[in-house]
Amino acid sequence: MGDHHHGPAKGLFRWVFTTNHKDIGTMYLWFSFAMFILGGTFAMIIRAELFQPGMQLVEPGFFNQMTTLHGLVMVFGAIMPSFVGLANWMIPMMIGAPDMALPRMNNWSFWILPPAFLMLASTLFMEGGAPAFGWTFYAPLSTTYAAPSVTFFIFAIHVLGVSSIMGSINIIATVMNMRAPGMTYMKMPLFVWTWLITAFLLVAVMPVLAGAVTMMLMDIHFGTSFFSAAGGGDPVLFQHVFWFFGHPEVYIIILPAFGAVSQIIPAFSRKPLFGYASMVYATAAIAFLSFIVWAHHMYTVGMPVAGELFFMYATMLIAVPTGVKVFNWISTMWRGALSFETPMLFSIGFLVLFTIGGFTGLMLSIAPADFQYHDTYFVVAHFHYVMVAGAVFSMTAAVYFWLPKWCGRMYNESMGKIHFWVSFIGFNITFFPQHFVGLAGMPRRIPDYALQFADFNMMSSIGAFIYGASQILFLYNVIATIVAGKKVTDEKVWDGAEGLEWTLPTPAPYHTFEVPPKLDPAHTHS
Amino acid sequence: MFRLSANPAIDTVIKLMTVAVAMFAFVFVVMVPLYNVLCDALGINGKTSGEAYTAVSAAVDESRTITVQFVATNNEGMPWGFRPAVTMMKVHPGAANDTVFFASNPTAENMVAQAIPSISPSRAAEYFHKTECFCFNQQPLEGEAEAEMPLQFIIDQDLPRDVRTITLSYTLFDVTEMVGDTVAAR
Repeated sequence: MGDHHHGPAKGLFRWVFTTNHKDIGTMYLWFSFAMFILGGTFAMIIRAELFQPGMQLVEPGFFNQMTTLHGLVMVFGAIMPSFVGLANWMIPMMIGAPDMALPRMNNWSFWILPPAFLMLASTLFMEGGAPAFGWTFYAPLSTTYAAPSVTFFIFAIHVLGVSSIMGSINIIATVMNMRAPGMTYMKMPLFVWTWLITAFLLVAVMPVLAGAVTMMLMDIHFGTSFFSAAGGGDPVLFQHVFWFFGHPEVYIIILPAFGAVSQIIPAFSRKPLFGYASMVYATAAIAFLSFIVWAHHMYTVGMPVAGELFFMYATMLIAVPTGVKVFNWISTMWRGALSFETPMLFSIGFLVLFTIGGFTGLMLSIAPADFQYHDTYFVVAHFHYVMVAGAVFSMTAAVYFWLPKWCGRMYNESMGKIHFWVSFIGFNITFFPQHFVGLAGMPRRIPDYALQFADFNMMSSIGAFIYGASQILFLYNVIATIVAGKKVTDEKVWDGAEGLEWTLPTPAPYHTFEVPPKLDPAHTHS
Repeated sequence: MFRLSANPAIDTVIKLMTVAVAMFAFVFVVMVPLYNVLCDALGINGKTSGEAYTAVSAAVDESRTITVQFVATNNEGMPWGFRPAVTMMKVHPGAANDTVFFASNPTAENMVAQAIPSISPSRAAEYFHKTECFCFNQQPLEGEAEAEMPLQFIIDQDLPRDVRTITLSYTLFDVTEMVGDTVAAR
């Protein structure tokens, strides 16, 4: 087996050939941050165009490419890889494993991602431009009417799908086979639980996405008619296939975020997580329900009333396990010895704003009401409350929480707090007014709008610039911490933090738990 | 539990890979056919059967009169002239009715068209039986030629009583490139 006690290899090839879960986690995190900046740049172009009514900066076709690439890059390039990176770093340390179960596959699942996104971004410079059919790429917009670059888009989706599937298989194999003795399933930290369930969702639905783009490929190049009415196919079929993937996908994004805040809130409340078992069951219930609600994205396609009712009630049912989670987080804080360091601030921000996003989701689930909200800015506001304030805030909290453990240096707390408040205020200025313009009828994905929406749109754009700028502060804070942050040597960086990762030295050594840890019999989940 | 490999991690990987491959196949062998079967069986999406109907009973329900409206639309970029001979008919459930649609090809090229039907309200689709329809086949037309395209239909006596008007809409697609020149030259 060779000598396990060496450090990382030297030079650039350390990163190319590494099979170390911490190295790969770090690469995932940096890659996702780069994609976050890229997708954010696209968002800034969108908001700059919408700053005033009328066509200001870009061509309508280019605007459509921006909305499309913003969505694709943020979902598949920023949020998903960031949580995979966090899983790579934390899961082995949390369950007392020396590394991931399949380290070489781990290397491979990371390294096929950058080429996929390079290919996707390169479509911007191709004849006919980048994909311009929205991140949901509905046929026939994405087949009959798509730019030739759509083929590159399809291949990029295939590659990142393979990456996600390999990453998830690795996580499941690790959690199922490499837990330290005594670490039973119901003792696993909640972050591990949410990732285990997420990984199962990914294995089940990423192939469905691959199937959808494969059918597109066949319609475009091989003369089939899956989605072409002229040949006996049906464009609505595309929406069913897409959302059969797409709805579990939104839980793939949010469940690890739930897991991360479930680690952070107890640490800064100095109390164990309230209702651990119910959290696990609620996560599983959400995952199950996510498979039977997909058509609530397509209430307006002309479904039978029975179908609308089924999907409406099934969707509303999701509010129950989600409510259990919110209740448990609040109960964890109840009468806790709270302190408000940056990770806790982002977690509370997550809790408040995600709940707002959940409520607008409940509004959207009501089939008759949805006919008004469908494809308006109300939907945009809703999913940014759950994606940005949900997933991104939680991810940011996780970075602040575990960064000192990763690099042995403490970030600048004041700068972190400023980052939180600027983000929180900027985010709300951006997206809260979009509820109003949406209810008033402003359609999404359009580069121009009626004059009565001008004030709210200007507000939104200003908020977006504030939110965007605050992420530069975040980048600076993280780099400054790694380069010159105040050294931390305490194993438990945070006095209230519980879990195996906090029993390791700080910074976490290159190899950890080569000998499985002995679990304190009194040790429960954290 | 059933083990596929002595190494438990490899065992997990093989099983999960199988799930992933099965889900990919699921899209093609289950989702697509199931969608089409459901649409046919339930008549949702306003799809009518693509095959000729054979009348099962000759009884005509004279007590009810149903208004049938005809709509003809060209898909984007389709240059043909396309219109129904009459835009509206009053018919009795159970009776066989005939009408025609006119098509004209104003271009100099031989072209092939495919008409795709849609019924509104969609729950009437399963009660709208076509014994003959130009939509069952692709319609070739030589350059600058015209054609009468027949439609024969029976409305089922079981049509829900609250349905009094049915709209049958055809969208005409240019499928010349899809079928190649063989049919166009026929």
